[in-house]
Amino acid sequence: MSARDKLATPLDVSALRRDFPILSLKIKDKPLIFLDNAASSQMPQAVIDRWVKYRSAQHANIHRAVHYLSETATAEYEKARLKVQAFINAKESRECIFTSGTTDGINLVAQGYGRKFFKAGDEIILTTLEHHSNIVPWQMVAEERGAKIRVVPINDRGELLVEDYRKLFNANTKFVAMTHVSNALGTITPVREMIAIAHEYGVPVLVDGAQAAPHLKVDVQDLGCDFYAFSGHKLCGPTGIGVLYGKAALLEKMQPFKGGGDMILSVTFEKTTYAPIPAKFEAGTPPIGEAITLGAAIDYLTAIGIECIAAHETDLLDYATDQLNRVPGVRLIGTAEKKAAVLSFALDGVHPHDVGSLLNDDGVAIRTGHHCAQPVMQRFKVPATSRASFAFYNTMDEVDALVASIGRVQKLFA
Amino acid sequence: MDSRQLYQEMILEHNKKPRNWGMLGDATHKAEGLNPLCGDHIHLSLKLNGDQVEAVGFEGEACAICKASASMMTVAVKGKSKADAERMVQEFRDMTTGKLDAAGPHHLGRLTVFSGVSELPTRVKCAILPWHTLHAAFAGTDTASTE
Repeated sequence: MSARDKLATPLDVSALRRDFPILSLKIKDKPLIFLDNAASSQMPQAVIDRWVKYRSAQHANIHRAVHYLSETATAEYEKARLKVQAFINAKESRECIFTSGTTDGINLVAQGYGRKFFKAGDEIILTTLEHHSNIVPWQMVAEERGAKIRVVPINDRGELLVEDYRKLFNANTKFVAMTHVSNALGTITPVREMIAIAHEYGVPVLVDGAQAAPHLKVDVQDLGCDFYAFSGHKLCGPTGIGVLYGKAALLEKMQPFKGGGDMILSVTFEKTTYAPIPAKFEAGTPPIGEAITLGAAIDYLTAIGIECIAAHETDLLDYATDQLNRVPGVRLIGTAEKKAAVLSFALDGVHPHDVGSLLNDDGVAIRTGHHCAQPVMQRFKVPATSRASFAFYNTMDEVDALVASIGRVQKLFA
Repeated sequence: MDSRQLYQEMILEHNKKPRNWGMLGDATHKAEGLNPLCGDHIHLSLKLNGDQVEAVGFEGEACAICKASASMMTVAVKGKSKADAERMVQEFRDMTTGKLDAAGPHHLGRLTVFSGVSELPTRVKCAILPWHTLHAAFAGTDTASTE
């Protein structure tokens, strides 16, 4: 099936929903309406089965032994790495490091690259949209090295101001870390353009792809990014596994983040030499089963087609945005022109925590709070928002249920 | 228990029109209460005359459960001795964590409207925050949190 055919075929969402056992759950006799996918996504039976198969017939520690199970586990683990490479179009599989998640991957670069190369007076550019996991690791290394953090502002729609970004560059700029999709607002950033600008100044860029990888096509060659981090559990895979992509030349220059077994060539108390990539950054026994299960999740999504997923989610976003815009007393927060299917909103006179609690009584799962993006909350002068985030297995009916539930909350507080 | 059952008229009323709203100009004791996980943030001020709570005022951005709890708390402790107020703090904590015998002697009066919170673990911290903040204010500690 060509890419064109895939685009022309709309998703059979009811069929896809049957792949997910958890979606038939009842919350106090009401069907579960799971709209908290930005926090974590659900796992289809095929991917659950892959974990079970690994544990039932393939598990042993990898890279170390010559017996059947170890060889099998090692082969499957490395096969998963190849799937990741294809998924994001990396040039080589050794550029795909398995981590425990996006946060782990960003810390790896902050410590492995930042700690080695940042000097006093150097500047690191972040954006207002960043999740704490793409702020705190940089603050930590900046404090240690005497570097400074500069922040790209956003407009009232939640869009990055690219001209202001360009103005931040000077001779001291050494790194850019930015998100591909904002988890709090849903904004899809002009990451390609911003990477090109950074490269004009010879500055490398790390992209936080946690919210992007599940929902749109990621091609690291096309983007030109130097590093790209994402998490397995946001794209129907297990928790405890993620990927850090890095250009080979950069990864080779970096110092290791964690020390231990497997990341060495030889160890004596006098001197230790490090293994080549990716092993250099995969100390200790990795989450083997998780990596293999992530591979299965990538297979599952690829079979559906990321473009088809993106198209359906755009339909959901457009419908939900339109419906919520019609409800007086609901204010949408994050109205960028290009958005992923994330809807943050505020209800006049009702605290998000109350919204979330009462929606839960209707079986609707949303997230309330600062979403680990306090700078975004401060920019919009709200302590917290309510956030509904969609995946390809959500339906228009579920959007209707969300809107109806919000209406009931408003009635209660009237 | 449905969280909807918790949002009874009294709680909704206190949320809409909180009593003793506004920080006191002549406070003798102050504290701030913060629940980082859900964003409840309140400021509490007290005027103690000797051992007695002469006046109470609070402000903040908080969910209905927290605001209503704070409002009803200020009504309950106004005019009480510090010792009586601290006893109420303990009893309220016990009630919201299911440890209070509702039939036994206690001094919570209408505050028993929050008893259902003990069945909603994610909302216990909201109800308790103002009381922790009160305790911190008495102790002279600046900040309280439910973490």
